[in-house]
Amino acid sequence: MDIQNYKGVMVLGEQKDGHIRPVTFELLNRGRDLADKLGVELSCSILGNEIEDLTEIIYRGADKVFHVAGPALAGFLPGPYARALVRLVQEERPEIFIAAATTTGRTVMPLVAAGLKTGLTADCTLLDIDDKEKILLQTRPAIGGNIMATIKTPFTRPQMATVRPRSARPAHRDESRTGLISVKNYGDSPVSAVERFLAYVPDATQEVSIEDADIIVAGGKGLKTRDGFKLVEELARLLGAGVGASRDVVDLGWASYPHQIGLSGKTVSPKLYIAVGISGKVQHLAGMQTSETIVAINRDPEAQIFQVADFGIVGDAFEVLPELMGALKNAPGRRLREGSEDNAL
Amino acid sequence: MRIAVLIKQVPGTDNVKMDPETGVMIRTNKGNIINPLDENALEEALRIKRSREDVQVLAVSMGPESAMKAIKEAVAMGADGGVLLSGRAFAGSDTIATARALAAAISKLGDVNLVLCGERATDGETGQTGPMIAATLGIPVQTYVQRLEVADDAVKVERVVEGGFEQVKVQLPALITVVKGINEPGFPTLTGKVRARDAVVPVWGADDLGLSPEELGLKGSPTRVVKIFSPKLSRSTLLHRQDNTGRAVNELLKFLADRDIV
Repeated sequence: MDIQNYKGVMVLGEQKDGHIRPVTFELLNRGRDLADKLGVELSCSILGNEIEDLTEIIYRGADKVFHVAGPALAGFLPGPYARALVRLVQEERPEIFIAAATTTGRTVMPLVAAGLKTGLTADCTLLDIDDKEKILLQTRPAIGGNIMATIKTPFTRPQMATVRPRSARPAHRDESRTGLISVKNYGDSPVSAVERFLAYVPDATQEVSIEDADIIVAGGKGLKTRDGFKLVEELARLLGAGVGASRDVVDLGWASYPHQIGLSGKTVSPKLYIAVGISGKVQHLAGMQTSETIVAINRDPEAQIFQVADFGIVGDAFEVLPELMGALKNAPGRRLREGSEDNAL
Repeated sequence: MRIAVLIKQVPGTDNVKMDPETGVMIRTNKGNIINPLDENALEEALRIKRSREDVQVLAVSMGPESAMKAIKEAVAMGADGGVLLSGRAFAGSDTIATARALAAAISKLGDVNLVLCGERATDGETGQTGPMIAATLGIPVQTYVQRLEVADDAVKVERVVEGGFEQVKVQLPALITVVKGINEPGFPTLTGKVRARDAVVPVWGADDLGLSPEELGLKGSPTRVVKIFSPKLSRSTLLHRQDNTGRAVNELLKFLADRDIV
């Protein structure tokens, strides 16, 4: 592999039902930064048949958009997506290719990396360019967030990484930006004979999707009963927040598994994480400690959760939460943002 | 039907505490355990075994010789046998090189219809090895699976994705990575422990897999770790005690307003 033949930064955009997912704009922010440091072009690949408003990707920093279409790409299936991306990378030869560490990115990127026989680093929270070598430095938490490792891919291209959602801000929108949108019609790619998409079923218990929520209110065993846990759900509703849960709570059946935050559940980085009655085992901290702001409410002043909190209240959740909800309801000037402007897209 | 379950031995970190001053992990040595999500994968294989005739469950692991304990544990829980990939050639493998070795082992076992593993391991947390094995074997993959229905030649799965669930059908052979919600792992039985004690589990090296040392270990790995460091836990905590004056909640609201959050 002559690595000199690979030039430019490519990000993998995501869409759902033809709408660009906001995580794409976070990747464009990361990608723009890397491309500028290298003095190269930033491109964005996005797969699917009908996608609205591709110029938005240009406004958010891309120089080129590759809209990859084909009968096999109507919905997300790992095999057809990976084959299309391997083909695109072989045609366009970017030196860096990054995707979001979403369920899609974390599934398709390993397939692409294996197909291209190059390296892939999972769930990075920091990406940078080595000044001297001009290569990608990929930094990620490991062992439950207790260590950080910086990894490089020196001999093969592209250098690939998935990036933890919400670890970067969405790219600034600039309508004066111009760029090229090109459609890659992979109409000859066969529809997969071995994979068939059947249905998407929204989770009725997630009024706000946990991964996309700006605020998450999470509850632990300190809420004592299923009824006690409802306080957390109430506060979440009031704040327009997602509902998270500790492993104990899921094991007790007070919340379903998709709500579990931590090492054997989801990893989240919302703007605000409110932990109620959660002691803060390392396994839980691993899933939330990169949140922008962390508030903890716990009776035990020694609870480990306070070590990662920006603001803590030592007290009984059954006193604090009703008081907090009362105060929120009675403060008319205090309005919660219904997501950022990006979520409206 | 032959099911290969991939298990990884990881540090048992149930009692980990953090040093409040340095933020460094204080690990009480609980020894090594089977990666918890791999236990779910094993349980799912055993569930299939209980529901169908002629199902053989084989546990496959790669690691130091001490990882034999994990395979024996899997046998004690009900697996029919297993194989351990061990040897110096494997040391230092990244996810691609690991996937190459495990894929070769699955091919060598032969006639494997279904490969199951945890969505990720609690130490590396990459979640990459499973899909990379599928890519190497050229079989379909489904990830984040919380429900699995097996028919003779296909599986129907339900994946946990952002905001909901996806239902997908894939033909066998296939590789499926599972999440915790799929089942409740069982425990070793007494007869299982006896079987595990007597079980002869082969140890395969690079030669047995027909792989050259260039394809494995550090040499076969496209990634390199440049440095490892402790994360800065730079949060300074404002701590308030709840009393009956409403002060703590007021301070919280002020704090959130200052940060422009609420």
